[in-house]
Amino acid sequence: MNASSVNAKTAEPVVKPAVPGMDSWDWETSEKAIADLVEMRERFPEVHEFSVSPDGERIAVPVKTEDGQYTICVNGEPWEQAFEKAWYIRFSPDGRLTALVRADDAWTVAVEGEPWEERFEYIWNTIFSADGGTIAAQTKRDMQYSVVVNGASWTNSYVSCRGIAVSPGGEKVAAIVQPVPLKEADIFGFMDGTWTIAVNDKQWDRNFINVYEPAFNSDGRHLAAEVRLGTCEYTIVKDGRPWQQTFGCIWEPLFRPEGGSVLVPARVGKSWVLVEDGHRLWSGEYDQLWRQKISPDGSRIAAVAAPIFGKWTIAVDDVAWEKTYSDCVLEPFFSPDSKRVAAIVKEDNRWTIAVNGEPWTETFEMVWNPAFSPDSKIVIAKVERGGRFSIAINGRLWRKNFQMLWEPVFSPDGGKILVRGVEDGKYIRRIVEIVELL
Amino acid sequence: MVKDPGLDETIKKLTPQQIEKTINQVLKGEGARMKAYLTTCVHCGLCSEACHTFLSRDRDPNFSPVGKVKNTLWEMVKRKGKVDAEFIKNAARIVYTECGVCRRCSMYCPFGIDIAYMLLVVRRMLNLLNVVPAYLQDTTNSHAATMNQMWVQQDEWIDTLQWQEEEAQMEMAKARIPLDKEGAEVMYSVIAPEPKILAQLLSYMSQIMTVAGVDWTMPATDGWDNSNMAMYSGDFETMARVERLHYDTALRLKVKKIVMGECGHAFRGGAYDGPKWLSWRFPPVPLIHAIEWYYELLTTGRIKIIKKFKEPVTVQDPCNTVRGKGLHHQLRYIMNEMCEDFRDVDPRFEHNYCCMAGGGTINCGPPWTKSRAVSNRVKAEQLKATGAKYVVTPCHNCHSGIEQIISFYKLGMHTKFIADILIESIEKPQHLLA
Ligand code: SF4
Ligand code: SF4
Ligand code: SF4
Repeated sequence: MNASSVNAKTAEPVVKPAVPGMDSWDWETSEKAIADLVEMRERFPEVHEFSVSPDGERIAVPVKTEDGQYTICVNGEPWEQAFEKAWYIRFSPDGRLTALVRADDAWTVAVEGEPWEERFEYIWNTIFSADGGTIAAQTKRDMQYSVVVNGASWTNSYVSCRGIAVSPGGEKVAAIVQPVPLKEADIFGFMDGTWTIAVNDKQWDRNFINVYEPAFNSDGRHLAAEVRLGTCEYTIVKDGRPWQQTFGCIWEPLFRPEGGSVLVPARVGKSWVLVEDGHRLWSGEYDQLWRQKISPDGSRIAAVAAPIFGKWTIAVDDVAWEKTYSDCVLEPFFSPDSKRVAAIVKEDNRWTIAVNGEPWTETFEMVWNPAFSPDSKIVIAKVERGGRFSIAINGRLWRKNFQMLWEPVFSPDGGKILVRGVEDGKYIRRIVEIVELL
Repeated sequence: MVKDPGLDETIKKLTPQQIEKTINQVLKGEGARMKAYLTTCVHCGLCSEACHTFLSRDRDPNFSPVGKVKNTLWEMVKRKGKVDAEFIKNAARIVYTECGVCRRCSMYCPFGIDIAYMLLVVRRMLNLLNVVPAYLQDTTNSHAATMNQMWVQQDEWIDTLQWQEEEAQMEMAKARIPLDKEGAEVMYSVIAPEPKILAQLLSYMSQIMTVAGVDWTMPATDGWDNSNMAMYSGDFETMARVERLHYDTALRLKVKKIVMGECGHAFRGGAYDGPKWLSWRFPPVPLIHAIEWYYELLTTGRIKIIKKFKEPVTVQDPCNTVRGKGLHHQLRYIMNEMCEDFRDVDPRFEHNYCCMAGGGTINCGPPWTKSRAVSNRVKAEQLKATGAKYVVTPCHNCHSGIEQIISFYKLGMHTKFIADILIESIEKPQHLLA
């Protein structure tokens, strides 16, 4: 969440706000009762799953109306237009509300109630650039697959399309596409390669057996993806060209913020190692290694690792935390000062968070992603216990709990937390002083 | 001789060096376990009595478990990998089409030798040599490209769920299939034949979940298919990728457990082989099979039987959920609850015969259908002896495989899933109806 970078001139970390535009949110009003969900459930025959805007000011939900149509209800007010279907509501990072909608048997994206003009046989998987400026989705028309970006469809279409990625600044959209049709059970044609990547409506000139996990670098100028060159032969392709080195298997590539090199966990023999641009970076060999992350200052790397079979932890710069967990460990998160790493850990079916190798003593039925305060000192997370939701702060459970809760957000100065929760059937936006939670 | 381009064409490209190198490389990687098995076996043949192919093929020793190892792995070891392309082709026929990796033989071996594992090691070699029956390879290719077994496109998946939700609502106004619902209690995952050819099963589950009042979801992204035929073709990397995505999806959705549809292979992939390859000792999100799920719903009274199925019915014990996890008593409980005239099979429980569709054999496709049916005459005889009209098969592979055996031997029966009967038998409270 705490997206940061390094100021090239001063080498000082520049802490960007976790969410675009959050400086201008209302960080003063301590309590706003925004919508009565009980009343909404009485008013509509069907009320689906709720979603809350990043700034907490709006709560949206697809509802079925009396005449069997669907629309989106925002803070209790339905959109003017109703549809045959409306679902997959997503707030963009800059706070715009989107939904996938069907009218007259054709699908599109509606943004703040306004459907895009282009219509499709089907549309799905709405995604956004980190700044929220770009909205993209996958589409189908006349049995051909393509991509739509901010309402404008690509001109090229494909036999299949299975996933899109948007560059952080939104200038580029990439898709995993299948340009070559395959006859039924054509195993030889498949091995010749029928998949590639298309970027901004233009496909790469080489096909591969499979392509997975496309990832852009920070300025969107480079793209890397996993490719399969032989039955059990994998490598990374960067901007259309594969590495010379191949591996038994690989997982998701990640660009370094500076320099454009690519980090990837790769399988060598029966172990996993961390590789940079095809060459071994860490000397450690792991039984499993994935979800590598780079610290905001670019100097450290953390990854989820199993040093030996069935024991999970986080490795930071090739040194595994001492304590391991039997069930699983999820992706690492760096603090804004790059010095601390937090991750969700699970043992004996109980969840908690570990920070720099130390697990919280309290455990939960479920834990959401940890977030660091801007000064890196505090870690908070949404947690579930006994069917109620609350916030844990540095491992201690806040006394207040909720029927529903969205992940808490630190104010830019770190002194407060935005709490978006449902109490007694009402959605309430709260600004809570940190001291109150401690 | 059966024609299969996956074997006939691929062996033409093999070189002796490539064969030797691949075999030895895989053998080297297997280490102590394999060595122990190879040196422990005393060739007593006790395992033969376990194998439906041996029993069905007039006790031809070539079809006994130890015979299958002898004609494949042993020769490879003995000749240090120096075998020719024809040998490879024959090995592929044996390990892919004459063994369902059902592991019944291990129970009969005095040393508990895991013959199915040894034959899977041969499959791994063959996969690396690209010698895999064409239809099975195509299924694996589908997994690799689409993360599901039957080339289901992403939009087809979502569209089918939305359509089946509407179907369910014709019956029960409040029924839903909540898609991608974060924080639901249960993620329900299925295998690709459900959306592709048996979509009504999704509507049934929606109704059952509604009656039971379960907070559940199904993913709107890849990661919904938990079957794993790559596990059986020997492409463990693809197997692992599919399983990883399956669990990543459950972890992303923050569900407390995964309930999987009626499939034995999916269960094996999700509960054992997939997690192991990925270094998870157990599934990172608890995973239960449909048999356990229905048992839980029935015993806790969340669903109630009000109208028992009247026709005589018997059952198949899917190897991976019965021999693999001992769910036969739960399965009998369900059968007795919902059926008036349940007729058990003999042998039964963990001693039941495999359906001979397992381990990817049915995915070897039409060229092998007849051979497969011939290899399981004992299953036909066993089913016939029950006098039942229906066979409940809580496994998609068993379902198709047994249907083929029924038609080949003209048994005049039909297969059903548990859900097919449950949906007719359970009480659907008035206030939920359309
Ligand atoms: S089919 Fe079953 S019993 Fe026969 S060899 Fe294979 S694993 Fe053993
Ligand atoms: S029963 Fe065991 S020891 Fe005897 S032949 Fe079979 S595998 Fe070998
Ligand atoms: S298909 Fe069914 S009976 Fe056959 S091996 Fe699989 S689970 Fe067993």
